Amino acid sequence: MRNAFFVLVIAVVGLSVSNAYHFQLLTFIGINTLLALGLNMLMGYAGQISLGHAAFYGLGAYATAILTVHLNWSPWLALPVAVVLTVVIAFLVALPMLRLSGFYLGMGTLGFGMIGYIIFREWSRFTGGDSGLVGIPSLELGPISFASARNYFYLVWAVVLVCLLLCERLVDSRVGRGLRAIHDSEQAAAAMGIDTSRLKIQIFVLSAVFAALAGFLYAHLVNFISPGSFDFLVSVRIVTMVVIGGMASIWGSLLGASLLTVLPEFLQAFADSEMIVYGLILMVIMIFLPQGLTRGIMDAYEGARTRKASKSASINS
Amino acid sequence: MQEFLQYVFSGVTNGSVYAIIALGFSMLFSMTGLINFAQGEFVMLGALGMISLWKGAGLPLPAAIVLSTIGVSAVGLLLERAAIRNVRKPHPIVLVIVTIGASIFLRGAGMIGWGKESYSSPAFSRQGAFEVAGATLLPQSLFILAAVLLIVFGLQFFHRRTLTGKAMLACAISKRAAWLQGIPSERLVLLAFALSAGMGAIGGILIAPISMSSYDMGMTLGLKGFCAAMLGGLGSSLGAVLGGLLLGLLEAFGVGFFSSSLKDAIAFVLLLGILYVRPGGILGAKVVKRF
Amino acid sequence: MNRTMSLIGKSLAVLLIGLLVVPAAAWCKEPYKIGGLFSVTGPSSFLGDPEKKSLELAIDEINARGGIDGHLLEAVIYDTEGDPGKTNLNASKLMTKDNVIAIIGPSLTPTTLAIVPLAEKQPVPLISCAAGILITEPVKPWVFKTAQSDVLAVAAIYGHMQKKNIKKVGIITVESAYGESGRDQLTAQAPKFGIQVVQAETFGAKDTDMTAQLTKVRSAQPEAVICWGTNPGPAVIARNFQQMGFKIPLYQSHGVASPKFVELAGEAAENIVLPAGKILVTDQLPDSDPQKAVLKRYVEQFTGRFKQPVSPFGGYAYDAMMILAKALEGTEGKKDAVRKRIEEVRGLVGVTGTFNFSPQDHNGLGPDAFVMVQIQNGKFKVIDQ
Repeated sequence: MRNAFFVLVIAVVGLSVSNAYHFQLLTFIGINTLLALGLNMLMGYAGQISLGHAAFYGLGAYATAILTVHLNWSPWLALPVAVVLTVVIAFLVALPMLRLSGFYLGMGTLGFGMIGYIIFREWSRFTGGDSGLVGIPSLELGPISFASARNYFYLVWAVVLVCLLLCERLVDSRVGRGLRAIHDSEQAAAAMGIDTSRLKIQIFVLSAVFAALAGFLYAHLVNFISPGSFDFLVSVRIVTMVVIGGMASIWGSLLGASLLTVLPEFLQAFADSEMIVYGLILMVIMIFLPQGLTRGIMDAYEGARTRKASKSASINS
Repeated sequence: MQEFLQYVFSGVTNGSVYAIIALGFSMLFSMTGLINFAQGEFVMLGALGMISLWKGAGLPLPAAIVLSTIGVSAVGLLLERAAIRNVRKPHPIVLVIVTIGASIFLRGAGMIGWGKESYSSPAFSRQGAFEVAGATLLPQSLFILAAVLLIVFGLQFFHRRTLTGKAMLACAISKRAAWLQGIPSERLVLLAFALSAGMGAIGGILIAPISMSSYDMGMTLGLKGFCAAMLGGLGSSLGAVLGGLLLGLLEAFGVGFFSSSLKDAIAFVLLLGILYVRPGGILGAKVVKRF
Repeated sequence: MNRTMSLIGKSLAVLLIGLLVVPAAAWCKEPYKIGGLFSVTGPSSFLGDPEKKSLELAIDEINARGGIDGHLLEAVIYDTEGDPGKTNLNASKLMTKDNVIAIIGPSLTPTTLAIVPLAEKQPVPLISCAAGILITEPVKPWVFKTAQSDVLAVAAIYGHMQKKNIKKVGIITVESAYGESGRDQLTAQAPKFGIQVVQAETFGAKDTDMTAQLTKVRSAQPEAVICWGTNPGPAVIARNFQQMGFKIPLYQSHGVASPKFVELAGEAAENIVLPAGKILVTDQLPDSDPQKAVLKRYVEQFTGRFKQPVSPFGGYAYDAMMILAKALEGTEGKKDAVRKRIEEVRGLVGVTGTFNFSPQDHNGLGPDAFVMVQIQNGKFKVIDQ
C-alpha cells in the first residue's frame, strides 16, 4: 500500500516536473537516499557505526569510471565488476573491523575511509589524481538515453525503490530479527543461536554495495569524479542523514537524505551565515528530536491524536 | 643521523600538537562518555583569539593567553549548558551529531568573526632555533612538549589529590553512585566541558606560532587529535600523549622513509594494525558501546 | 555588522547613481542574466571570495556605462563550497532555472571539470576562473578560461633558473589539484630547460610543520627548492626553510603572489622569488605597459569598495566579465553567437594579461601574463621583464 503510493508519487513527480534543475536535485536526493539507506541498515539495525562509507561510495564511482574511461567498457559491464569488487573489499575490511566496537569501530572505519581517499588521490595514473577523472560516459540502454535529466531521475528512483523494498523485506525477515537482537545485546543474540559475526559481516557488505551503487549512479550523472567528493566529510554527512532521518527507520533514510540535500540549497540565501544556520538546525533537530525526524513526526502525530481522543473522551463522560 | 634526528624532532613537534588535542578529547570522554567533534573548533578559537588579543588588541602575551583560554572555556560551558544538557535522549550517536552541528556552527562563527584569511603569530620567545647534531629544533616545539607534560601531570594531580578531581573520577565510574554520595555531577560535567575546551584553546595557542591559523584549521587538527586519543586508548591521559606522539612520529618517518603523499595512509594503516591487535587502544580499557 | 551596513548603503548609492545615469533605452530591454559560480566559502574561499566581489564590481561598472546594447546586466551567483557535486547542481540551476546567458567560474579545476559536460550539453558558454590545463586542452567549443595556466608559470620559473645556472631542484607541492598540476608541469618541463628534479615531496594543505619533507629534500642536495601551493602552507614552508638554515634559493608559485604571503611568512619571506601577475607590481610597471591603466583602475575600485587589499585571483572573474561583455555586444543574448564572439576577442587588455582568443586557444594568454618578482624588505620587486 505504502509502496504503491511511493511508486505513484515518483511517477507523478516525474511527469509534473519539467525543469532540469529540479530533476537533478531529486536525482541527488535519490543517490543520497541509497547511501543513507545502506548505512541505516548497518547503524540502525545492526548497531555498527561506519565513518568511512564514502570510500565505498568512491569505490563504486571510480571502478566504473576507470573501466569505462580507460578500458572503454560498457557501463553495464562495469557495474557488476564494481559490485563484486565492493563485495570482496567490504568483506576483507569487515573481517577484522567488526571485532571493534563503539567509537573504536568508528575510528577503524574512519581510517579505512581515509586510506580509500588517499588511494583515489594518489593513484593518479588511473584516477586522475586531485584534478579528477573526466569523460565518464552517460548511461544508455538500447534506445533510451539516460543523458536526459528525466530519464536519469526515473532510473535512480527505480533503483532506490528496489533497494527500499529489499530492505523492508530484510527487516521483516529472520535476518532482521537477528539484527535487532544484535543491536540490543550481542551476547544475548549469540546465546539464542544467531551467528552474530556472520550476520554483521553480511550487513556490512550489503551496505557497502548500496554505497557503491550510489557511486556508480553519481559518476554517470555528473560524468566527472574527483577525490573531494568522497572524503571524510562525505562520510560524516551520510551518518548525519541517517541520524537526522531516524535510525532503524527505512523511510527515515529517505527523509534524512532529502532534508540534508535540499537544506543547503535553501540556505544559499544566508550567504556567509549559511554554516551558522546549518549547524544550528542540526543541533536543534538532534536536541528536540533525538530519534530523528520520522519518529519525531510520528510521535507528534500520535501525541496529537491521543490528546484529541482523551479530550473527546472527557467530553463524553 | 642528522636526518633521523630531524624526523624525530618534526614528529615530536606535530605529535605534541596532536597529543594536546587528544588530551581534550580524552578527558571529556572519561568524564561524560562523549566524543566532542567540536574539539578542533576550540583549537581554532584559542589560536585566533590569542592572535587577536595579542597582535590585534595589543595586550601583553600572558594576558592574551589567559583571556583567550578563559574565553574558549566559556564557549565550552555554553555548549554544554545550551545544547548537550538539553538533549532529550542522550544516546552517544545523537550527542556526536550535536557536537558535529556545534563544530559547523563555531566554524561559521569563526569565519564571520575573523574572515576567510589566515593569520600568523610571531614566536613566543626571541630565541632562535637550536641546533642539535646538525638538526634544527624550535623553541616553540619545546614549549608545546612542556605544556603537554604539564597538563598530564596537572591532570594526574587534580584527579588524585583534589576533592573536585576525585569527585570527577567518581562520576566517571558511575554518575548515579556519585550522585547518591552527594556529588553534584551536573556541575562536574560542566567543569569537564570547560576544562577540555580550555585545553583545546591552549593547544591552538601553542600551535599558532609554528603554523598558520584560520577559521577552518580545526577540522584536520580535530581529526588527528581524535585518532591520537583512540590510538592511545580513550579516557587515558597518558594514552592520549602516547597516541599523539606515536601518530606524529609515524607521519614524520612516513615522509622520511616512504613518501610524503602517502604519509597519512601509512599512519592510518599502522593505526588499523594497532587497533586490530589491541581493540581498545594502547592503554585503553575495553569499552563496549553500541550505537 | 557596521561594515556590511555601510557596504549596503554604498551599493545602494552606486545603484541610484547608476539609475540616474543609465539612458532611458535601457529600461525597455530585458536584462542579460549572467551566472556566477565561486567557492565563496570552504577551504578555497581565498579564491572564490575575491572572484565574486570582482564579478560584482565588473557588472556594476558595465551597468554604470549603460549596460550592453541597452541591456543591463544581472548577476546570479551561487556558492559552490568547492564541492563538485554541489557545483554541478548549481550549474544546472543557473542553466535551466535562472536561464543565464553565460556562466563565469567556478574557481577550481575539479569544480570546473564537473560542469564542463553540462555546459557542452546544454549548451551555455562557460568562462572558468580555474588554472588547470585540462579545462581548455583539448579545446571544448563552449569552455573558456581566464586564469593563467601553470604551464606559463613553470616556464617563467625555469627560465629564471636557467639564467642563474641552477641545474638541480627539489620540489614540494600541496596535495590539491593546484599542487598536482604544478608538480606535473615542473617535472614535464624540466628537461627542456636542462634542469633535473632531484626530489619531489608533497604536503597537506593544513599540515602544521613541514620540516620532515624539507629534510628529505635537503638530503637530495638540490641547488634550489620550488614550493607550489596557496596560503597558508607555503608560508609555513618558508618559515621552516629559514629555521632549518637552508643556504639555497627558495622559489614559490604565483599561488602566493599577494602581500598576505609576506604578512604570514614574515622575515622568512625575504629573497623568495616567484612568478606573479602584474597586479602585484602595478606601481613598478613602465607607463608604456598596456595593462597599467586597467590594473590601476581595478585596484582603486576594488580597494575603495571592499576596503580590503586586492587578491591576485579576483582579476580572473573581472576579466571573464569584460571578455563576456565584449562578446555580448550585438548578439542580443544569443548563446551561440556569444560563444563564437568570445573566440574572436583579440587584444583585450585585462587584469591578468592581454587576451587573444581563437578557435584553437580558449585561454588566450601569452607569457607576458607573468613577471618574475622577488621579495625584498617585505615588498615585491620586479627582477626581470
